[in-house]
Amino acid sequence: MAEITMREAISQALWEEMERDEKVFIQGEEVGVWGGTYAVTKGFLDHFGKERVRDTPIAEAAIVGSAIGAALGGLRPVAELMTINFAFVAMDHIVNEAAKLHYMFGGQFVLPLVIRAPGGGGRQLAATHSQTPDAIFAHFPGLKVVAPGTPYDAKGLLKTAIRIDDPVLFIENATIYQQKGEVPDGEYTIPIGKSKVQREGSDVTLVTYSKMVSYSLEAANKLEEEDGISVEVIDLRTLRPLDMAPVIESFKKTNRAVIAEEGWRSYGVGAEVAARIYEEAFDYLDAPIQRVAQKEVPLPYNTRLEQLALPQVEDIMKAVREVLR
Amino acid sequence: MANIVEMPKLGFDMAEGTLVKWVKSEQDKVKKGEVLAEIETDKATVEVESSFTGVLHKHLAEEGEALPVGSPIAVIAEEGEDVDLDALLEETGAEEKKKEEKEEKKEGKEKEEKEKAGKEAEAEKKPEKGEKQKEEEMGAGEEDFIKASPVAKRIADEEGIKLSNLEGTGPGGRIVKRDVEKAIEEGVPEEKPEKAKITPGKDETFEISKLRAAIGNRMQGSWQEIPHFFITTEYDVGEMLKTRKQLNRELPDEEKVSVNDFIIRASALALKEYPNLNASISGKELTRHGDINIGVAVAVENGLLTVVVKNADQKPLRQISVEAKAMIERVKEGKVRNEDIEGSTFTISNLGMYNVEDFVAIINPPEAAILAIGTAKEVPIVEDGELGIGWRMKCTLSADHRITDGAEAAEFMQHLSLFLEQPWRLFA
Amino acid sequence: MEKQEYLDLYREMVLIRRLEETAAELYQKGEIGGFLHLYIGQEAVSTGIMKVKNPQDQVITAYRDHGVAISIGIPAKIVFAELLGKQDGCSDGKGGSMHMADVDKNFFGGHAIVGAHIPMGAGLALSNKMQSKDAVTICMFGEGATNIGFFHEGVNLAKTWELPILWVCENNRYGMGTSPERASAVSDIIQKACGYQMPAYDVDGMDIMAVMDMISERLEEIRNGSGPQFVEVCTYRFRGHSMGDPERYRSKEEVEKFQEKDPIEQFKNLILDEDIASEDEFQEINEDVEKEIEEGVAFAKESPEPPDEALWENVYVEEVERG
Repeated sequence: MAEITMREAISQALWEEMERDEKVFIQGEEVGVWGGTYAVTKGFLDHFGKERVRDTPIAEAAIVGSAIGAALGGLRPVAELMTINFAFVAMDHIVNEAAKLHYMFGGQFVLPLVIRAPGGGGRQLAATHSQTPDAIFAHFPGLKVVAPGTPYDAKGLLKTAIRIDDPVLFIENATIYQQKGEVPDGEYTIPIGKSKVQREGSDVTLVTYSKMVSYSLEAANKLEEEDGISVEVIDLRTLRPLDMAPVIESFKKTNRAVIAEEGWRSYGVGAEVAARIYEEAFDYLDAPIQRVAQKEVPLPYNTRLEQLALPQVEDIMKAVREVLR
Repeated sequence: MANIVEMPKLGFDMAEGTLVKWVKSEQDKVKKGEVLAEIETDKATVEVESSFTGVLHKHLAEEGEALPVGSPIAVIAEEGEDVDLDALLEETGAEEKKKEEKEEKKEGKEKEEKEKAGKEAEAEKKPEKGEKQKEEEMGAGEEDFIKASPVAKRIADEEGIKLSNLEGTGPGGRIVKRDVEKAIEEGVPEEKPEKAKITPGKDETFEISKLRAAIGNRMQGSWQEIPHFFITTEYDVGEMLKTRKQLNRELPDEEKVSVNDFIIRASALALKEYPNLNASISGKELTRHGDINIGVAVAVENGLLTVVVKNADQKPLRQISVEAKAMIERVKEGKVRNEDIEGSTFTISNLGMYNVEDFVAIINPPEAAILAIGTAKEVPIVEDGELGIGWRMKCTLSADHRITDGAEAAEFMQHLSLFLEQPWRLFA
Repeated sequence: MEKQEYLDLYREMVLIRRLEETAAELYQKGEIGGFLHLYIGQEAVSTGIMKVKNPQDQVITAYRDHGVAISIGIPAKIVFAELLGKQDGCSDGKGGSMHMADVDKNFFGGHAIVGAHIPMGAGLALSNKMQSKDAVTICMFGEGATNIGFFHEGVNLAKTWELPILWVCENNRYGMGTSPERASAVSDIIQKACGYQMPAYDVDGMDIMAVMDMISERLEEIRNGSGPQFVEVCTYRFRGHSMGDPERYRSKEEVEKFQEKDPIEQFKNLILDEDIASEDEFQEINEDVEKEIEEGVAFAKESPEPPDEALWENVYVEEVERG
């Protein structure tokens, strides 16, 4: 085992897969010479060369569009969008092309494509650079959407995303690249579409993913110490396909749930998870499900206001206490 | 060979078209690709070209006519061809019909199967439904909306616990899982006594009668202005009652004497020695009345009237009785006379018939006092250290402290005992 | 070219023409749903291009794709089956008119979002370059698509990376109902290509011989490493943008004028003038095409409807639980 950061985990996954299969290549803005604006691809250009580490113009539709074409032509591209906020420029290619081509042409076309994009706010980058629009992309059948919250999950899931033949949107979080976690030595992959119990507990089911995983674990520890509340934390890891089995199993035990996400509440991941809990485990419901999410405002520049808008550990703790009333 | 031209589908959502203008008239020569007519959809007017070469044998639609997509609009035949229009239409119509019939049959069969399946499903459902309905009806009757979480309801249901017996500890009094679990562990609390169904009362507001208002004013005035004090004395009325009994044995019913009659005469005679209690005060001026007129409070509907026995000290008991009776009769009949109720100088009020032990009355201004009379009852008494039985009656005097004092009033009450306890004095 | 090649090219154009006319009739009868964009008038373009390309060259085009479908070798009956939404269609009945494709023939589809396939074309060329495949990507689109962002992003990327791609702009003079004069700052399309430093040419798209000459030259140069090139094919569609187009944007006279340059007629006249074949042989070919069309329609009508299960097929390569 080694303790590494999210950045290192993602970087290692990319490196190992590029070594393993010469069809894998990366393209995006500043991934080559710069080494990636989040330093994920530092050193890649020198090692893999400019054919396989491609700096692109600022042209997201072409970055994703040409990655689609390259995948159609037999390669396994990993396209990087500098942030998920820029994904909207490539919206058609992500949800209208990549998600549809396999289906529309009767299965003739296979797109082993990965689109990596970091999201999230908290660094005073202001409204258009700080979003967590994960739910929008998870809405479309045909696309797989993965959003890991630990280095262990990030590495294993990215490797799988690159290896499978379906198009995957791999959502990272721009503010937790330095978050550390244990990762086993040697080769391992994690299947896409499986949620994971990150912390066992018996009083409340706390469902979360991505950055909110570490917040949830912190909240759980504090609640144990301060209130003697035992919180079970379940990390979705993949948004589509959504694995509700461990969530339902947990809920049947605790009868109370809180969902924590960084995106907005309305039409969000929490809305979907809550609806499924109500559908699949209504008779186990002991209290209305609580959702912890970003306040319904564009994110402001001022740091205090920004933090006020973003969900915090205290908000999660408050929601847990509320659901236990 | 003749061909039918149909109303074409000119847009993906077109259902009907209007034939605006025939470009080719009947008997015109038509080449494939030439424009036959102009057709209007709800989006635009479009030229329709012929798919056949020949002669436009017949228009089957009129200019301005709107037809659904697929309807026949014209016949194009070879030059000089003899066209059996009906047969042609029937043929195409028949083909269409066949198609329709086939589809209908299919639909019909599908429908049948669906219905069958539906019926079977329903038959299965029905018994369940019936039971459920019953449960719901019962439940609805007994448990008027109880807030409980789904899991609490389910567990309560499984364990046979009635939710109405539980106190909810969840938000808003919601019964939650822990409440049901507690009930299972500790046993269900006693069936709460069925709470009475409370119907909230309705206030009744109306204007009081003149009599009530008058009484109210007088009594309020009296209570506020006259410094009342009270003295209660218990009298041995054994003899009085015996005498009354004896007297009444000789008398017809309508002339029988009442306890009240005795008290009227008794108090009148007692007042002779205590003129202060038969007086009125105005400022510093005190008037001791010459006559002793005893007022008797009589209950009427929604109030009371005081009938007055004038000069009761000078009238024999029987006369007092007759007069009082007559006046009360008149009061009861609503035919009371003014002189019946005017001029009292001292009032007595008797609630003995209601088993009242004693009570305090409010002085009737401008009188100096009022005597409240309780019930006469047989009670254990102590005489010379021995326990015995006797008749006792409590009277409470309310007196005006501007006119008299405790000592005098007490003496009056003592003096009164002569007449209440030694009834022969009433006849002297 | 051999005589048979001439006749084959002629036959192919007639087949496309008849297929499109038949499709129009089927549409008007309500048997084809959605949108139907006809290639009538543009037959020489797809026929000419597919004739001169190599089998490993890839073709990707927009939604007016029936011509390309036939020219690349998808049988007419399979095209009809797709139009009728049947499971024997080239896209299993899941794509329809705008989404014909055949991966084995390197036909990467008809695409319906204007210009979206242009960066994809660049990607195909990228994959060829990276895998050192001796293949040129032929990306076809209308002149209307040269105004959308995707075009500029795709064309820019391809030139920046010197990808082996031939951009073929079918300028049929109208983007839906709007001419380039009304839609583009630069309506002389090849000038846009020059803006990206690409060799740019134009050619008469009604003349199949000219199309073949032009395209074969371009393909060879690209194969030899010239980098991307651009050809504006001047053509015309005799029917509206799609079924139900009231064609208010052009006059009947204009259409008739272009119909005088009907590519099929022109080619037929060329063959006759040069004594390559006789009128009878054309008659035979026409009848043969009619037969193929009839059989194709019959095949499509008898082809089974896709089963309900087909709804859930091919959402992903790796099956997931149905949501």
